[in-house]
Amino acid sequence: MNALTSLALPAAGATSTGEAVQFWVLAVIAVAGALGMLLCRKAVHSALCLAATMLALAVCYLAQGAAFLGAVQIVVYTGAIMMLFLFVVMLVGVSTEDSVKEVLKGQRVAAAVCGVGFGILLIAGIANANLRTFTGLKSANAGGNVQGLARLIFTQYVWAFEVTGALLITAAVGAMVLTHREATSVRRSQRELAEQRVRLGQQVTPLPSPGVYARHNAVDVPALLPDGSPAETSVSSTLRARNQVREVGTGLRGKIAELEAGTSDWLGRRTPVQRTGTDVVRAAPPPGPPAPGAVTGVNGNGVNGNGAANGAVNGKASSGDEEERS
Amino acid sequence: MNPANYLYLSALLFTIGASGVLIRRNAIVLFMCVELMLNAANLALVTFSRLHGNLDGQVIAFFTMVVAAAEVVVGLAIIVSVFRTRHSASVDDTNLMKQ
Repeated sequence: MNALTSLALPAAGATSTGEAVQFWVLAVIAVAGALGMLLCRKAVHSALCLAATMLALAVCYLAQGAAFLGAVQIVVYTGAIMMLFLFVVMLVGVSTEDSVKEVLKGQRVAAAVCGVGFGILLIAGIANANLRTFTGLKSANAGGNVQGLARLIFTQYVWAFEVTGALLITAAVGAMVLTHREATSVRRSQRELAEQRVRLGQQVTPLPSPGVYARHNAVDVPALLPDGSPAETSVSSTLRARNQVREVGTGLRGKIAELEAGTSDWLGRRTPVQRTGTDVVRAAPPPGPPAPGAVTGVNGNGVNGNGAANGAVNGKASSGDEEERS
Repeated sequence: MNPANYLYLSALLFTIGASGVLIRRNAIVLFMCVELMLNAANLALVTFSRLHGNLDGQVIAFFTMVVAAAEVVVGLAIIVSVFRTRHSASVDDTNLMKQ
Protein backbone atom coordinates (compact mmCIF):
# COMPACT_ATOMS: atom_id res chain seq x y z
CA MET A 1 0.00 0.00 0.00
CA ASN A 2 2.90 2.27 0.74
CA ALA A 3 3.99 1.76 -2.80
CA LEU A 4 0.75 3.09 -4.20
CA THR A 5 0.76 6.18 -2.02
CA SER A 6 4.37 6.88 -2.84
CA LEU A 7 3.54 6.61 -6.53
CA ALA A 8 0.52 8.87 -6.26
CA LEU A 9 1.80 11.63 -4.03
CA PRO A 10 5.03 13.42 -4.76
CA ALA A 11 7.10 12.78 -1.65
CA ALA A 12 9.52 15.17 0.00
CA GLY A 13 12.27 14.36 -2.45
CA ALA A 14 10.71 13.82 -5.84
CA THR A 15 12.52 13.63 -9.11
CA SER A 16 11.74 15.75 -12.13
CA THR A 17 8.92 14.91 -14.53
CA GLY A 18 11.44 14.29 -17.27
CA GLU A 19 13.09 11.60 -15.23
CA ALA A 20 9.71 10.05 -14.45
CA VAL A 21 8.88 9.81 -18.17
CA GLN A 22 12.32 8.41 -18.88
CA PHE A 23 11.95 5.88 -16.09
CA TRP A 24 8.64 4.53 -17.33
CA VAL A 25 9.91 4.20 -20.89
CA LEU A 26 13.11 2.49 -19.74
CA ALA A 27 11.29 0.25 -17.27
CA VAL A 28 9.02 -1.04 -20.01
CA ILE A 29 11.99 -1.73 -22.29
CA ALA A 30 13.94 -3.43 -19.50
CA VAL A 31 11.10 -5.66 -18.37
CA ALA A 32 10.13 -6.52 -21.94
CA GLY A 33 13.74 -7.44 -22.69
CA ALA A 34 13.97 -9.59 -19.58
CA LEU A 35 10.71 -11.39 -20.40
CA GLY A 36 11.88 -11.85 -23.97
CA MET A 37 15.08 -13.43 -22.72
CA LEU A 38 13.04 -15.74 -20.52
CA LEU A 39 10.56 -16.76 -23.22
CA CYS A 40 12.62 -16.91 -26.45
CA ARG A 41 13.50 -20.47 -27.29
CA LYS A 42 16.62 -19.61 -29.27
CA ALA A 43 19.70 -18.61 -27.34
CA VAL A 44 20.62 -15.87 -29.84
CA HIS A 45 17.26 -14.15 -29.39
CA SER A 46 17.66 -14.39 -25.62
CA ALA A 47 21.08 -12.77 -25.85
CA LEU A 48 19.77 -9.88 -27.94
CA CYS A 49 16.84 -9.31 -25.55
CA LEU A 50 19.26 -9.26 -22.63
CA ALA A 51 21.42 -6.71 -24.45
CA ALA A 52 18.37 -4.42 -24.77
CA THR A 53 17.70 -4.77 -21.04
CA MET A 54 21.30 -3.93 -20.22
CA LEU A 55 21.24 -0.83 -22.42
CA ALA A 56 18.07 0.36 -20.67
CA LEU A 57 19.75 -0.19 -17.31
CA ALA A 58 22.79 1.78 -18.47
CA VAL A 59 20.55 4.77 -19.18
CA CYS A 60 18.99 4.28 -15.71
CA TYR A 61 22.48 4.52 -14.19
CA LEU A 62 23.21 7.69 -16.13
CA ALA A 63 19.92 9.21 -14.99
CA GLN A 64 20.76 8.44 -11.38
CA GLY A 65 24.04 10.30 -11.35
CA ALA A 66 26.25 7.26 -11.91
CA ALA A 67 27.94 8.46 -15.09
CA PHE A 68 30.95 6.18 -14.77
CA LEU A 69 28.87 3.09 -14.12
CA GLY A 70 26.59 3.91 -17.05
CA ALA A 71 29.54 4.05 -19.40
CA VAL A 72 31.07 0.90 -17.89
CA GLN A 73 27.75 -0.89 -18.19
CA ILE A 74 27.63 -0.21 -21.93
CA VAL A 75 31.29 -0.99 -22.55
CA VAL A 76 31.65 -4.05 -20.32
CA TYR A 77 28.21 -5.62 -20.32
CA THR A 78 26.75 -4.94 -23.75
CA GLY A 79 30.15 -4.62 -25.38
CA ALA A 80 32.22 -7.41 -23.89
CA ILE A 81 30.06 -9.83 -21.95
CA MET A 82 27.17 -10.03 -24.40
CA MET A 83 29.56 -10.44 -27.32
CA LEU A 84 31.26 -13.25 -25.40
CA PHE A 85 27.83 -14.83 -24.96
CA LEU A 86 27.14 -14.52 -28.66
CA PHE A 87 30.51 -16.05 -29.51
CA VAL A 88 29.78 -19.05 -27.31
CA VAL A 89 26.25 -19.36 -28.72
CA MET A 90 27.73 -19.51 -32.22
CA LEU A 91 30.38 -21.99 -31.05
CA VAL A 92 28.03 -24.30 -29.21
CA GLY A 93 25.42 -24.39 -31.93
CA VAL A 94 23.22 -21.54 -32.95
CA SER A 95 20.41 -23.80 -34.13
CA THR A 96 19.96 -25.70 -30.88
CA GLU A 97 16.65 -24.91 -29.23
CA ASP A 98 15.60 -25.54 -25.70
CA SER A 99 13.80 -28.82 -25.27
CA VAL A 100 10.14 -28.56 -24.37
CA LYS A 101 10.22 -31.92 -22.61
CA GLU A 102 10.10 -31.64 -18.83
CA VAL A 103 12.47 -33.95 -17.04
CA LEU A 104 10.92 -33.25 -13.66
CA LYS A 105 7.16 -33.29 -13.83
CA GLY A 106 5.46 -29.97 -13.17
CA GLN A 107 8.78 -28.24 -12.70
CA ARG A 108 7.96 -25.31 -14.94
CA VAL A 109 4.70 -24.52 -13.19
CA ALA A 110 6.33 -24.87 -9.79
CA ALA A 111 9.18 -22.59 -10.88
CA ALA A 112 6.75 -19.97 -12.17
CA VAL A 113 4.78 -20.09 -8.91
CA CYS A 114 7.99 -19.79 -6.90
CA GLY A 115 9.09 -16.85 -9.04
CA VAL A 116 5.82 -14.99 -8.59
CA GLY A 117 5.87 -15.62 -4.84
CA PHE A 118 9.46 -14.45 -4.59
CA GLY A 119 8.65 -11.32 -6.54
CA ILE A 120 5.68 -10.54 -4.29
CA LEU A 121 7.91 -10.96 -1.24
CA LEU A 122 10.61 -8.68 -2.64
CA ILE A 123 8.22 -5.97 -3.73
CA ALA A 124 6.29 -6.12 -0.46
CA GLY A 125 9.57 -5.74 1.39
CA ILE A 126 10.48 -2.64 -0.60
CA ALA A 127 6.98 -1.24 -0.19
CA ASN A 128 7.23 -1.54 3.58
CA ALA A 129 10.55 0.25 3.76
CA ASN A 130 10.59 3.94 4.57
CA LEU A 131 11.80 5.43 1.31
CA ARG A 132 9.89 8.71 1.27
CA THR A 133 12.91 10.98 1.19
CA PHE A 134 16.18 10.72 -0.63
CA THR A 135 19.40 12.63 -0.34
CA GLY A 136 20.55 12.73 -3.94
CA LEU A 137 24.10 12.68 -5.19
CA LYS A 138 24.59 16.39 -5.68
CA SER A 139 27.10 16.81 -2.88
CA ALA A 140 28.78 13.42 -3.42
CA ASN A 141 29.23 14.13 -7.12
CA ALA A 142 30.36 17.71 -6.51
CA GLY A 143 33.98 16.96 -7.43
CA GLY A 144 32.99 14.75 -10.33
CA ASN A 145 31.55 11.25 -10.31
CA VAL A 146 34.70 9.57 -11.61
CA GLN A 147 36.94 11.46 -9.18
CA GLY A 148 34.70 10.57 -6.25
CA LEU A 149 34.66 6.88 -7.22
CA ALA A 150 38.43 6.89 -7.70
CA ARG A 151 38.95 8.42 -4.27
CA LEU A 152 36.87 5.68 -2.67
CA ILE A 153 38.33 2.80 -4.70
CA PHE A 154 41.94 3.75 -4.03
CA THR A 155 41.52 4.54 -0.33
CA GLN A 156 38.75 2.72 1.45
CA TYR A 157 38.30 -0.13 -1.03
CA VAL A 158 41.88 -0.56 -2.17
CA TRP A 159 42.15 -4.06 -0.72
CA ALA A 160 39.03 -5.19 -2.55
CA PHE A 161 40.41 -3.60 -5.70
CA GLU A 162 43.66 -5.59 -5.44
CA VAL A 163 41.81 -8.82 -4.77
CA THR A 164 39.74 -8.07 -7.87
CA GLY A 165 42.95 -7.96 -9.89
CA ALA A 166 43.89 -11.42 -8.60
CA LEU A 167 40.40 -12.67 -9.44
CA LEU A 168 40.62 -11.40 -13.01
CA ILE A 169 44.01 -13.04 -13.57
CA THR A 170 42.69 -16.30 -12.15
CA ALA A 171 39.67 -16.12 -14.41
CA ALA A 172 41.81 -15.55 -17.50
CA VAL A 173 44.11 -18.45 -16.62
CA GLY A 174 41.11 -20.62 -15.79
CA ALA A 175 39.48 -19.94 -19.14
CA MET A 176 42.70 -20.85 -20.93
CA VAL A 177 43.14 -24.05 -18.93
CA LEU A 178 39.52 -25.13 -19.42
CA THR A 179 39.39 -24.59 -23.17
CA HIS A 180 42.94 -25.67 -24.04
CA ARG A 181 43.39 -28.99 -25.78
CA GLU A 182 46.67 -30.83 -26.10
CA ALA A 183 47.70 -31.78 -29.62
CA THR A 184 47.59 -35.57 -29.72
CA SER A 185 49.67 -36.01 -32.87
CA VAL A 186 52.35 -34.17 -34.77
CA ARG A 187 50.95 -32.04 -37.55
CA ARG A 188 51.94 -33.44 -40.95
CA SER A 189 53.32 -31.16 -43.61
CA GLN A 190 51.93 -30.74 -47.10
CA ARG A 191 54.84 -32.67 -48.56
CA GLU A 192 54.25 -35.63 -46.27
CA LEU A 193 50.56 -35.65 -47.09
CA ALA A 194 51.31 -35.63 -50.84
CA GLU A 195 53.81 -38.48 -50.47
CA GLN A 196 51.29 -40.48 -48.51
CA ARG A 197 48.63 -39.98 -51.18
CA VAL A 198 50.97 -41.25 -53.91
CA ARG A 199 52.15 -44.18 -51.80
CA LEU A 200 48.64 -45.35 -50.92
CA GLY A 201 47.34 -44.86 -54.43
CA GLN A 202 44.66 -42.38 -53.35
CA GLN A 203 43.41 -39.58 -55.54
CA VAL A 204 46.41 -37.47 -56.48
CA THR A 205 44.67 -34.84 -58.56
CA PRO A 206 42.34 -32.29 -57.03
CA LEU A 207 38.80 -33.49 -56.38
CA PRO A 208 36.15 -32.62 -58.98
CA SER A 209 34.42 -29.31 -58.51
CA PRO A 210 30.71 -29.13 -57.64
CA GLY A 211 28.07 -29.04 -60.34
CA VAL A 212 27.27 -25.89 -62.31
CA TYR A 213 23.77 -25.83 -63.75
CA ALA A 214 21.33 -23.32 -65.05
CA ARG A 215 19.54 -23.06 -61.73
CA HIS A 216 22.07 -24.00 -59.07
CA ASN A 217 25.76 -23.38 -58.96
CA ALA A 218 26.13 -23.71 -55.20
CA VAL A 219 28.80 -25.87 -53.61
CA ASP A 220 26.21 -28.26 -52.23
CA VAL A 221 25.11 -29.41 -55.70
CA PRO A 222 27.03 -32.48 -56.83
CA ALA A 223 28.44 -32.68 -60.32
CA LEU A 224 26.95 -35.30 -62.61
CA LEU A 225 28.94 -38.14 -64.07
CA PRO A 226 28.50 -38.89 -67.78
CA ASP A 227 25.79 -41.40 -67.02
CA GLY A 228 23.78 -38.91 -64.99
CA SER A 229 24.60 -40.15 -61.51
CA PRO A 230 25.91 -37.61 -58.99
CA ALA A 231 29.64 -37.58 -58.29
CA GLU A 232 29.80 -37.78 -54.51
CA THR A 233 33.37 -36.55 -54.23
CA SER A 234 32.52 -33.27 -55.95
CA VAL A 235 30.80 -32.06 -52.76
CA SER A 236 32.74 -31.15 -49.63
CA SER A 237 33.04 -33.99 -47.14
CA THR A 238 31.68 -31.73 -44.40
CA LEU A 239 28.45 -31.21 -46.32
CA ARG A 240 28.25 -34.93 -47.01
CA ALA A 241 28.66 -35.75 -43.34
CA ARG A 242 25.88 -33.31 -42.46
CA ASN A 243 23.61 -34.74 -45.19
CA GLN A 244 23.33 -31.30 -46.72
CA VAL A 245 24.02 -32.36 -50.30
CA ARG A 246 21.34 -30.93 -52.55
CA GLU A 247 19.61 -33.40 -54.83
CA VAL A 248 20.11 -32.66 -58.51
CA GLY A 249 16.56 -33.66 -59.26
CA THR A 250 15.26 -36.82 -60.82
CA GLY A 251 13.81 -34.88 -63.76
CA LEU A 252 17.20 -33.73 -64.98
CA ARG A 253 18.80 -37.09 -64.37
CA GLY A 254 15.96 -38.90 -66.11
CA LYS A 255 16.31 -36.55 -69.09
CA ILE A 256 20.00 -37.30 -69.34
CA ALA A 257 19.38 -41.03 -69.18
CA GLU A 258 16.75 -40.64 -71.91
CA LEU A 259 19.20 -38.79 -74.13
CA GLU A 260 21.80 -41.44 -73.51
CA ALA A 261 19.39 -44.21 -74.41
CA GLY A 262 18.28 -42.37 -77.53
CA THR A 263 21.86 -41.89 -78.62
CA SER A 264 22.67 -45.51 -77.99
CA ASP A 265 19.69 -46.56 -80.06
CA TRP A 266 20.58 -44.28 -82.92
CA LEU A 267 24.17 -45.44 -82.94
CA GLY A 268 23.04 -49.02 -82.66
CA ARG A 269 25.03 -49.60 -79.51
CA ARG A 270 22.77 -51.79 -77.47
CA THR A 271 25.40 -53.01 -75.04
CA PRO A 272 26.90 -50.17 -73.04
CA VAL A 273 30.64 -50.07 -72.59
CA GLN A 274 31.41 -51.21 -69.09
CA ARG A 275 34.20 -49.37 -67.42
CA THR A 276 35.82 -50.34 -64.19
CA GLY A 277 36.24 -48.21 -61.12
CA THR A 278 33.18 -46.02 -61.58
CA ASP A 279 31.51 -47.42 -58.51
CA VAL A 280 33.98 -45.59 -56.36
CA VAL A 281 32.40 -42.27 -57.15
CA ARG A 282 28.90 -43.38 -57.93
CA ALA A 283 26.25 -43.12 -55.27
CA ALA A 284 23.57 -45.16 -56.99
CA PRO A 285 23.53 -47.40 -60.05
CA PRO A 286 22.83 -45.27 -63.11
CA PRO A 287 19.24 -45.17 -64.26
CA GLY A 288 18.47 -46.89 -67.53
CA PRO A 289 21.09 -48.38 -69.80
CA PRO A 290 24.21 -46.39 -69.02
CA ALA A 291 26.36 -45.48 -71.95
CA PRO A 292 29.11 -43.24 -70.62
CA GLY A 293 31.03 -43.38 -73.85
CA ALA A 294 28.16 -41.84 -75.78
CA VAL A 295 28.32 -38.39 -74.22
CA THR A 296 29.98 -36.83 -77.23
CA GLY A 297 27.36 -38.43 -79.36
CA VAL A 298 24.65 -36.45 -77.63
CA ASN A 299 26.15 -33.16 -78.63
CA GLY A 300 27.21 -34.34 -82.02
CA ASN A 301 23.72 -35.30 -82.95
CA GLY A 302 22.28 -31.98 -82.01
CA VAL A 303 19.95 -33.35 -79.39
CA ASN A 304 20.18 -30.10 -77.48
CA GLY A 305 16.85 -30.11 -75.72
CA ASN A 306 18.53 -29.39 -72.44
CA GLY A 307 21.55 -27.26 -73.00
CA ALA A 308 22.36 -26.86 -69.37
CA ALA A 309 22.27 -30.55 -68.77
CA ASN A 310 24.48 -31.23 -71.71
CA GLY A 311 26.94 -28.60 -70.64
CA ALA A 312 27.08 -30.08 -67.21
CA VAL A 313 27.52 -33.56 -68.55
CA ASN A 314 30.32 -32.52 -70.83
CA GLY A 315 31.96 -30.45 -68.16
CA LYS A 316 31.91 -33.32 -65.76
CA ALA A 317 32.90 -36.03 -68.19
CA SER A 318 36.57 -35.14 -67.83
CA SER A 319 36.39 -35.04 -64.05
CA GLY A 320 34.70 -38.38 -64.04
CA ASP A 321 37.54 -39.75 -66.09
CA GLU A 322 40.03 -38.35 -63.62
CA GLU A 323 38.19 -40.18 -60.88
CA GLU A 324 38.57 -43.44 -62.64
CA ARG A 325 42.21 -43.02 -63.43
CA SER A 326 43.14 -42.75 -59.80
CA MET B 1 8.29 10.05 -8.97
CA ASN B 2 10.21 8.58 -6.09
CA PRO B 3 13.58 6.95 -6.82
CA ALA B 4 12.24 3.89 -4.98
CA ASN B 5 10.58 3.00 -8.28
CA TYR B 6 14.01 1.95 -9.49
CA LEU B 7 14.03 -0.53 -6.61
CA TYR B 8 10.73 -2.02 -7.82
CA LEU B 9 12.16 -2.33 -11.30
CA SER B 10 15.23 -3.99 -9.86
CA ALA B 11 13.10 -6.44 -7.85
CA LEU B 12 11.07 -7.29 -10.94
CA LEU B 13 14.17 -7.93 -13.04
CA PHE B 14 15.71 -10.04 -10.29
CA THR B 15 12.54 -12.11 -10.08
CA ILE B 16 12.49 -12.66 -13.84
CA GLY B 17 16.13 -13.73 -13.72
CA ALA B 18 15.54 -16.13 -10.84
CA SER B 19 12.52 -17.67 -12.59
CA GLY B 20 14.62 -18.04 -15.72
CA VAL B 21 17.27 -20.00 -13.83
CA LEU B 22 14.55 -22.35 -12.63
CA ILE B 23 12.70 -22.67 -15.93
CA ARG B 24 15.28 -22.67 -18.71
CA ARG B 25 17.39 -25.73 -19.55
CA ASN B 26 20.01 -24.29 -21.88
CA ALA B 27 23.21 -23.63 -19.93
CA ILE B 28 23.97 -20.44 -21.87
CA VAL B 29 20.52 -19.00 -21.21
CA LEU B 30 20.92 -19.94 -17.55
CA PHE B 31 24.04 -17.82 -17.50
CA MET B 32 22.18 -14.95 -19.11
CA CYS B 33 19.57 -15.17 -16.35
CA VAL B 34 22.32 -15.01 -13.73
CA GLU B 35 23.70 -11.94 -15.49
CA LEU B 36 20.27 -10.36 -15.36
CA MET B 37 20.08 -10.98 -11.63
CA LEU B 38 23.50 -9.37 -11.15
CA ASN B 39 22.38 -6.39 -13.21
CA ALA B 40 19.23 -6.03 -11.12
CA ALA B 41 21.35 -6.05 -7.97
CA ASN B 42 23.56 -3.37 -9.52
CA LEU B 43 20.56 -1.19 -10.23
CA ALA B 44 19.47 -1.54 -6.59
CA LEU B 45 22.97 -0.61 -5.42
CA VAL B 46 23.08 2.49 -7.63
CA THR B 47 19.64 3.52 -6.40
CA PHE B 48 20.66 3.05 -2.78
CA SER B 49 23.75 5.12 -3.45
CA ARG B 50 21.47 7.91 -4.64
CA LEU B 51 19.04 7.51 -1.73
CA HIS B 52 21.83 7.76 0.82
CA GLY B 53 23.83 10.41 -0.96
CA ASN B 54 27.22 8.65 -0.97
CA LEU B 55 29.16 6.75 -3.59
CA ASP B 56 29.76 3.48 -1.73
CA GLY B 57 26.90 1.77 -3.52
CA GLN B 58 28.39 2.69 -6.88
CA VAL B 59 31.80 1.35 -5.86
CA ILE B 60 30.22 -1.96 -4.87
CA ALA B 61 28.25 -2.07 -8.13
CA PHE B 62 31.56 -1.56 -9.94
CA PHE B 63 33.09 -4.52 -8.11
CA THR B 64 30.01 -6.58 -8.93
CA MET B 65 30.57 -5.86 -12.61
CA VAL B 66 34.18 -7.02 -12.39
CA VAL B 67 33.19 -10.21 -10.61
CA ALA B 68 30.43 -10.79 -13.17
CA ALA B 69 32.95 -10.47 -15.99
CA ALA B 70 35.28 -13.00 -14.35
CA GLU B 71 32.37 -15.34 -13.66
CA VAL B 72 31.17 -15.19 -17.27
CA VAL B 73 34.63 -15.97 -18.62
CA VAL B 74 35.05 -19.08 -16.49
CA GLY B 75 31.42 -20.16 -16.82
CA LEU B 76 31.41 -19.97 -20.58
CA ALA B 77 34.71 -21.83 -20.72
CA ILE B 78 33.11 -24.60 -18.65
CA ILE B 79 30.10 -24.66 -20.99
CA VAL B 80 32.37 -24.95 -24.02
CA SER B 81 34.40 -27.79 -22.51
CA VAL B 82 31.23 -29.63 -21.41
CA PHE B 83 29.83 -29.18 -24.90
CA ARG B 84 32.99 -30.68 -26.37
CA THR B 85 32.72 -33.83 -24.32
CA ARG B 86 28.93 -34.27 -24.13
CA HIS B 87 27.87 -32.53 -27.38
CA SER B 88 25.04 -30.75 -25.62
CA ALA B 89 24.53 -27.45 -23.83
CA SER B 90 21.45 -28.61 -21.95
CA VAL B 91 21.77 -28.92 -18.20
CA ASP B 92 19.53 -31.99 -18.29
CA ASP B 93 22.12 -33.95 -20.25
CA THR B 94 24.87 -33.40 -17.71
CA ASN B 95 23.89 -36.34 -15.51
CA LEU B 96 27.03 -38.46 -15.51
CA MET B 97 27.02 -38.75 -11.72
CA LYS B 98 23.47 -40.09 -11.75
CA GLN B 99 24.02 -42.90 -14.22
